Amino acid sequence: MYGTRLRALSIATLLTLAGGFALAAFYAPEDADQGFMQKILYLHVPMAIVALCGFVFGAVCAIQHLRTGASRWDLRSYVAIHMSLIFGAGVLVTGSIWARASWGHWWVWDEPTLVSFLIVFLLYATYQPLRFSIEDRDKQSRYASVFAITAGAFVPLNFLAVRLAQTYTHPRVFATTDGGLEPRMKLAFYVCLLGMALLYATLWKYEMASKNTSAQIKALRRRLAGDEPPGPRRSAAPKLESA
Amino acid sequence: MRQAVNAVLRRDLRVETRTPQVVPGMALFSISAFVVFHFALQQRSVEGNLAAGVLWVTLLLAAVLGIARQFVADREEGGFEGFLLAPVDRTAMLVAKAASLFIFLVALELVAVPAFLLMLLGPSPVEVWRLLLALLLADLGIAFVGTLVGALAVQSRARDLLVPLLALPLLVPLLIGAVKLSAPVFGGPVAAARWPWVLALYDLVFGLVAYAVFDFLLED
Repeated sequence: MYGTRLRALSIATLLTLAGGFALAAFYAPEDADQGFMQKILYLHVPMAIVALCGFVFGAVCAIQHLRTGASRWDLRSYVAIHMSLIFGAGVLVTGSIWARASWGHWWVWDEPTLVSFLIVFLLYATYQPLRFSIEDRDKQSRYASVFAITAGAFVPLNFLAVRLAQTYTHPRVFATTDGGLEPRMKLAFYVCLLGMALLYATLWKYEMASKNTSAQIKALRRRLAGDEPPGPRRSAAPKLESA
Repeated sequence: MRQAVNAVLRRDLRVETRTPQVVPGMALFSISAFVVFHFALQQRSVEGNLAAGVLWVTLLLAAVLGIARQFVADREEGGFEGFLLAPVDRTAMLVAKAASLFIFLVALELVAVPAFLLMLLGPSPVEVWRLLLALLLADLGIAFVGTLVGALAVQSRARDLLVPLLALPLLVPLLIGAVKLSAPVFGGPVAAARWPWVLALYDLVFGLVAYAVFDFLLED
């Protein structure tokens, strides 16, 4: 059985996210400088934090995979990085919209967090091409794990280097994510962060359930029809050994 | 361990001296890149931050060329199998390959940096030790990251595509540090004193990461 407790998790995600956005829209006060546009903070920053944590989670799963050699850890790492990439695309788009609204340009190079995020995103974007281009399954999963660990170590270093490289930073509404936030804003922000983390977990579980189930179906079908040659691959997702 | 490192390193250097391929390729590439920069920027000479940028972009791209060639012979001529059959620590391969890449990079810079000074640089360089320090620290970092990336990409079908895609983002922090550190040599602003430490931290972290994961790239 896969995908247990998915319904409960989905409902919790929906409620928390809706509640968080409602708090952000109606309860948290408007920013004095940026007005309504500042509310994108409640979408953009939680998404970025969750995406980065997802990359680190992928690296941790990859370490487990190399230690144990079990392909389920490889699948976990793959799905985590896949989800983080999707979240990452969202972060770049919302960040660019925010930059346009508050500074008048779609892209600003002196915003170190956004620039570091772009570099990290570019690096992880090679994860799937790397998987696709290695034919041997065993090798593919091992190499993907090595990549995930290297990239996971790269994330904090990159943020450090890019932040230090800025000779001056743009005046910002808040110095750090919670530094200058008003208490009501802070509450809304944390609820949004929780909601986004739940959304990530839900999507991760859905993807895991789908991958596991299709592996099981394939195994059952093979047992019914005798051995059939595998069709062409359309995904570089790791295959699980059928039970 | 030391014996194995020596053996692999000596073999790599001998292959390169008998049929020079990687170093001349990288050196020629860097000089062509300077010509391209001259026309693309439409400037007779560069200085300051721009000079540091031109030099380091060229060195980085030339290094990518070297990284892509690093394990090709081992894969095609059975060097991996031979190494795996020998009863030696697999880390020896990492150390030897990083050392040979380091030596190739130094050889490249012996050509590329003087060529840059002659062809493109406007003001005469000052405080050359900054440039030497930046080259040393950056070469170390490129050697570790490059060996890891080269070994990752060599087994894939899309090797030539993957090496730059993997290496360039990974080397961005190193580029930032190297440019900051060497800009004053060409008349740019003096950066904070922390940059050598950032570069050293980068080298240390990726040295350790490479040491930890490299074994898994050599199995079967």
